[in-house]
Amino acid sequence: MTHFVPLDIATDRCKGCELCIGACPHHVLALDESVVNALGYHPVTLTDPDECTSCVICARVCPDTVFTVYARPKADVS
Amino acid sequence: MTVQLTDNRRVIYRRPDALQDKSTHYCPGCGHGIVHRLVAELFDEMKLTGRTIGVGSVGCSVFAYEYFKTDFVESPHGRAPAVATGVRRVQPDKFVFTYQGDGDLAAIGTAEIVHAAARGENITAIFVNNGIYGMTGGQMAPTTLLGQKTTSSPLGRDPVLAGYPVPITEMLALVPGTAYAARGSVATPQLVGRAKSLLKRAFELQEAKAGFTIVEILSNCPVGWGMTAPASMEHVEKDVIGTYPLGVLVDRAKAGPESK
Ligand SMILES: Cc1ncc(C[n+]2csc(CCOP(=O)(O)OP(=O)(O)O)c2C)c(N)n1
Ligand code: SF4
Ligand code: SF4
Repeated sequence: MTHFVPLDIATDRCKGCELCIGACPHHVLALDESVVNALGYHPVTLTDPDECTSCVICARVCPDTVFTVYARPKADVS
Repeated sequence: MTVQLTDNRRVIYRRPDALQDKSTHYCPGCGHGIVHRLVAELFDEMKLTGRTIGVGSVGCSVFAYEYFKTDFVESPHGRAPAVATGVRRVQPDKFVFTYQGDGDLAAIGTAEIVHAAARGENITAIFVNNGIYGMTGGQMAPTTLLGQKTTSSPLGRDPVLAGYPVPITEMLALVPGTAYAARGSVATPQLVGRAKSLLKRAFELQEAKAGFTIVEILSNCPVGWGMTAPASMEHVEKDVIGTYPLGVLVDRAKAGPESK
């Protein structure tokens, strides 16, 4: 069984604006400075999948709609 | 809504279907992208995509037709409400919206928006106010705050020289043909959610043929303001909202002439 990942990030569309990074209540988003995407930006990455609560706040502030958010499976919650 | 079957994770948020699958030309952190997304989410939820005609304006959102899976007509600078009037009158079963910046709607297009409201046209104006002419290099707009430095008011907007910020949505709310006028913002996650409800109410009233509807969204222009995207959103929250208070300015369930 693979580990649950709560977010997919369309990194090819990310412009590294950092609005999501400041908005995330659990501080689990950061720019991935090891990557430069085709648009020329460091895209955002999820630093700790276990601490993400799937609250959707990042998706709500994202101007480039890069986030797909998944519900944490029940067994995985506690 | 299609359910993703590629893996067993349950989707709770994904990119709305009404948006084209392409990257936008907007600068990093520009609120135009957030407003586009809210509008597209409502097109999905209200099943409007197939019978919507957007009317584009001139400004950074001039390429909005590239991003929505709806029909679109481009209009000359400021004239979107006039073009939308024609579109809506010959296609009365369609959902028709304009998408305009403050330079477009509150400067060169002042006459068109006022008279579209006065006639109670069944169109929705989505008015993105970033207090500046973003596309042309950050010049002062009628909506620029007092004291705000722009490329054409380098010492800050002086009311003796350049007058006062124009509260155009309040002015439009006075007109009997206006069924709905509201102001929201995309400055914080909470405000983004509230802005969507304002847009939804406006869309519903157009569907009910209630008359003219407008939703102003206080947004940012990080590049034109010379700020990072997060700092620009903080500036909207801390400073811009003081000049342009948020809320529903008027909600008349039935304002337009009966014959529409
Ligand atoms: C008739 C005419 N006059 C002037 C211009 C130059 N012009 C292009 S965009 C613009 C203002 C755009 O500002 P705004 O509507 O606030 O949109 P933003 O770019 O900030 O989103 C102006 C004056 C033009 N294209 N056409
Ligand atoms: S879903 Fe919530 S907790 Fe998870 S990364 Fe986004 S903002 Fe942070
Ligand atoms: S110039 Fe300003 S309004 Fe235009 S896309 Fe860039 S940030 Fe947005």
